[in-house]
Amino acid sequence: MLTSTLGMALREIRRNVLRSVLTTLGIVIGVAAVIMLVTLGQGATDKVTGDIAKMGVNMLTVVPGAERRGGASVGAAPLTLDDARAIRQEIPSVATVAPSAGRGLLVVSANQNWSTTVTGCTNDYLSVRDLRLAVGRSFNEAEAQGGSPACVLGPTVRSKLFGQGDPLDASIRVGKVACRVIGVTEAKGQNTFGMDQDDFVLMPLTTFQRRILGSRDVGAISMSASTETAIPKVKTQLAALMRARRKLPEGAPDDFSVRDMKEISETLSSVTGALTALLGAVAAVSLVVGGIGIMNIMLVSVTERTREIGIRLAIGARAYEVLLQFLVEAVMLSLFGGVLGMMLGLVGSYAAGRALSFPFRVLPEVVVIAFAFSFLVGVGFGFFPARRAARMNPIDALRHE
Amino acid sequence: MTDTAAPLIALRDVFKIYGSGESEVRALDGVDLDIRTGEFVAVMGPSGSGKSTCMNVLGCLDRPTRGRYLFRGVDLAGASLDQLALVRRHYLGFVFQGFNLLARTTALENVELPLVYRGVPTVERRRLAAKALADVGLGGRELHTPAELSGGQQQRVAIARAMVSEPSLLLADEPTGNLDTARKHEIMRLLRALNDERKITIVVVTHESDVADFASRTILFRDGRIERDERRGAPS
Repeated sequence: MLTSTLGMALREIRRNVLRSVLTTLGIVIGVAAVIMLVTLGQGATDKVTGDIAKMGVNMLTVVPGAERRGGASVGAAPLTLDDARAIRQEIPSVATVAPSAGRGLLVVSANQNWSTTVTGCTNDYLSVRDLRLAVGRSFNEAEAQGGSPACVLGPTVRSKLFGQGDPLDASIRVGKVACRVIGVTEAKGQNTFGMDQDDFVLMPLTTFQRRILGSRDVGAISMSASTETAIPKVKTQLAALMRARRKLPEGAPDDFSVRDMKEISETLSSVTGALTALLGAVAAVSLVVGGIGIMNIMLVSVTERTREIGIRLAIGARAYEVLLQFLVEAVMLSLFGGVLGMMLGLVGSYAAGRALSFPFRVLPEVVVIAFAFSFLVGVGFGFFPARRAARMNPIDALRHE
Repeated sequence: MTDTAAPLIALRDVFKIYGSGESEVRALDGVDLDIRTGEFVAVMGPSGSGKSTCMNVLGCLDRPTRGRYLFRGVDLAGASLDQLALVRRHYLGFVFQGFNLLARTTALENVELPLVYRGVPTVERRRLAAKALADVGLGGRELHTPAELSGGQQQRVAIARAMVSEPSLLLADEPTGNLDTARKHEIMRLLRALNDERKITIVVVTHESDVADFASRTILFRDGRIERDERRGAPS
């Protein structure tokens, strides 16, 4: 009985291909929209998380000033190299400590100039920031101690100053300091916020302090925790240590702040996640609209086929068998639309993901949910027309013209 | 009559009343009727006489307002709609004036339809349907759709559909109403033959006396009552 019901429904759908396709269009678009939005949203989340991981996932940074973002606030004492040393000695779960200081400066080569951020740092900064050298080397001992000025370029600065030429051993001027290029880092590209992560010049911290800053101040101390799980512990220890070193009385607010990449990453993920859910919900509305389309056509179909229903009833079909027939037809239409929409959605999100350079990750549960939803839409919106068919009086139905 | 066998069908004081009070219409007004297995009955009467209503009650398509309807000795007066559907499925065959075949569906599939609801497996279904079509002289036309068949041929398909499930009772409502005289007689001879050879009980509703002449018994309705009930010759 069930197989013949399926067969009958299939034949009825094939009998009017154009109408069936148009009927399911709403479901196709709805399912495609849900899958595309959720898949792209997931891609965006993955990209954000990935970008932050590129900045160094286990990284914490302490900067002077109480403000959470936007650099040092007025009045807070700067950090010092001694702070960095103290952190390295007293917090065991810290793997690497990298004090740094930065300033925006004009850098000039033989015939080009470029305004960029110059950061004074140690070699540890490279590992904490997950920077790798494409060519050349990092600072040697003599340079780190404040010997002859050397610098490492980000790929953007390199191409601005040298184009395709070889920058190694070239001499550039950083602010007022003549400086030898010893290396270029690998490109990282833009981060999630559209900032160029390759636009910088690194030089040894001591050189930077002495020649450019003119003070012993440290702008920020970055450190990497030995493991991800150690981050909260490091954070509390770090705060306690800094408070002690800065002699803050009990109850006074911190005049420094600690940034934690993992925290930022989680916040951003939850934002993009919420956005994805919202967009998905909006797209789900179009599924309901698609369901109404199916209901509409099924109602027309039931009226058109009144005589057929009369024949079936006269021949001995029970009401629920007629109901089942029309319900199966609606569900098949809906599922057919669901499958079509799913393919469209996956292809579409793959294409859009490529265009936006998002990673393409299909969430299996979304596919299952979209499928289940189109099934439910078929049952929900097919039921009313099917019941109308099943409740027909055979005598009237047979007489219907 | 000295026949002691229980009748196939017995209507006892059956009323079918539409509306109430002033506008009350008695489509059936106390009908008593026995039909025995193997009879070929023509039901006649002017329009509005109650013959179609009687047919609907006999066909389990409609339920009487009052009275008893015994089918093979079982009272169907209180049966549910689903139970009536099952009676139709297993014991009744229908032929209509308008043929009532499924459009854009082959003759074979039309004939198969009652077997689908009986749950007969596909292969067996196909064989029985092809045989039924051959029996009404339409062998070779299995894959024609109603639109590709003449009126007489369409009615033969409908008869094959009614006969394929070997019903106890074949009900034909104006089966020749849409056909010319030659086709009309052809269809009636076919029904006559089914009655003679297979002892199928047949009830035909008609308003044409030449159609009624093929039957062995004629019942005349007037104003919801049976006015006349005549038998011709010995029921075969």
